[in-house]
Amino acid sequence: MIRIPCPFCGERDHSEFHYGGDGSITYPALDAPTEDWLNAVYQRKNIRGVQIETWHHVNGCRMWLLVERDTITHEIHLVRAAHDGVDGVLKGRT
Amino acid sequence: MTRFSAWSVFWNGLTNQMGWKPQWRTPELKADYDVVIVGGGLHGLATAYYLAKNHGISKIAVLEKGWLGGGNAGRNTTIVRSNYVMPGNREFYERSLKLWENLSFDLNYNVMFSQRGHVTLLHSPEAIDAAARRYNTMRLTGSDAEIWSLEELKRNIPHLNYAADARFPIFGAAVQRRAGTARHDAVVWGYARAADKRGVEIIQNCEVLGVTRENGHITRLETSRGNVGVKKVGFAVAGNTSLLWEMAGLGTLPIESHILQAFVTEPVKPLLDQVLVFGVGGANFYMSQSDKGGLVFGGDIDWYKSYAQRGNLPIVQDVAECALSIMPCLGRVRLLRHWGGVVDMSMDGSHFICKTPLDNLYLNAGWNYGGFKASPGSGWYFSDLIANDRPHSDIVNHDLKRFERGHTIDERGAGPDPKLHG
Repeated sequence: MIRIPCPFCGERDHSEFHYGGDGSITYPALDAPTEDWLNAVYQRKNIRGVQIETWHHVNGCRMWLLVERDTITHEIHLVRAAHDGVDGVLKGRT
Repeated sequence: MTRFSAWSVFWNGLTNQMGWKPQWRTPELKADYDVVIVGGGLHGLATAYYLAKNHGISKIAVLEKGWLGGGNAGRNTTIVRSNYVMPGNREFYERSLKLWENLSFDLNYNVMFSQRGHVTLLHSPEAIDAAARRYNTMRLTGSDAEIWSLEELKRNIPHLNYAADARFPIFGAAVQRRAGTARHDAVVWGYARAADKRGVEIIQNCEVLGVTRENGHITRLETSRGNVGVKKVGFAVAGNTSLLWEMAGLGTLPIESHILQAFVTEPVKPLLDQVLVFGVGGANFYMSQSDKGGLVFGGDIDWYKSYAQRGNLPIVQDVAECALSIMPCLGRVRLLRHWGGVVDMSMDGSHFICKTPLDNLYLNAGWNYGGFKASPGSGWYFSDLIANDRPHSDIVNHDLKRFERGHTIDERGAGPDPKLHG
């Protein structure tokens, strides 16, 4: 079991979370060239090592998180809120 | 190398089994080859075999970074079927199944192909309608397919959970009788032996470490056993395709590497004659019984991206729950082992057998869940592509540009999310 330290709930089993996908993708502007959209939707870096990905704490606080995880060892390096607004609230509290 | 025959078995029985020789050579890497296939899995070995057999190319090397049968060739659930309906996939998997039907004879090696039937359980009248549409498509395109009523299913497999108050009551089944299982190791050994016999050199423990390019052309591969000059190169390294692709300086691919687990229970007496599939309400589960008696289970991928060849516990639980929900009599059977393999999950759930931006590089990748059954077809079409430098008309859309054209081959209709194409 992978243990993910949720910044809102504490460390939990990964079975509480839903895996989103590659967190490094930034979607282009709506009127961007087709090629940019093609790259964002279909092309993947597929990193062997530490990558950024999204997880949804669906059976917990229901927050989306950005997680840095190693795809070989499954080790979790860094977890933070996926949205700046929520991140700000979190920082204000601590 | 001696051909296997009833006589050779008889003779070796009389002579204390001392007459058997190694089934393939262990050659040193030569300075150059006409075709180098990177990846000594089922697809790479099959490609080399059909290149030699169908296209008369003999100066071929297959480079394998580990040992034969150590990767996904030895990590699958050995199921063979052709119940795909998308144009392209339909023809591809049907050809593959036909090759399976003659494979033991063709390779002179018993791959223990058992056409025991593939039974997909259906859990509502609507599911039967949807399956009828798919399976009618199969019948119209030269394959076999049936829908079994509940009575017929009960006659064939009496010990499923037919309770009316089951969470997903069983209404019937979609069946392909020509589908079944094969012995995975035997397929690897059979292809290796047959390819070797036709002059293919299989180089094990030989990892590709670098790719030298000149003007859009690969001239040389650097390997852990030295450099090798190449005229044509085929990549068949499912699981690690993206890494090799990047090594060739070609950027990204529409592929993510995920982990798929398989399981086997302790051996029990004959219990299940068919391949059984249960997939409803988020469950995805398939089971068959091996010749040794172990029940072989397969389920979903582990959902998160991974290059680790080991699975995680939530899927063990999911799979065990699925097994019990359709066959409660398995309650006291213990799981012996589970293992994981790294698979290329593509953006539409279909594979790639295609040309690439480099003029002498060919790609075979993106097999998702379905690499084992595809291996003879994959070798057949990939060798045809490499030898003739153009894709066969059946697989013109199995290329990397199909997303650009809006021509996704999405059998499930799941959209561009690799983890959903189970």
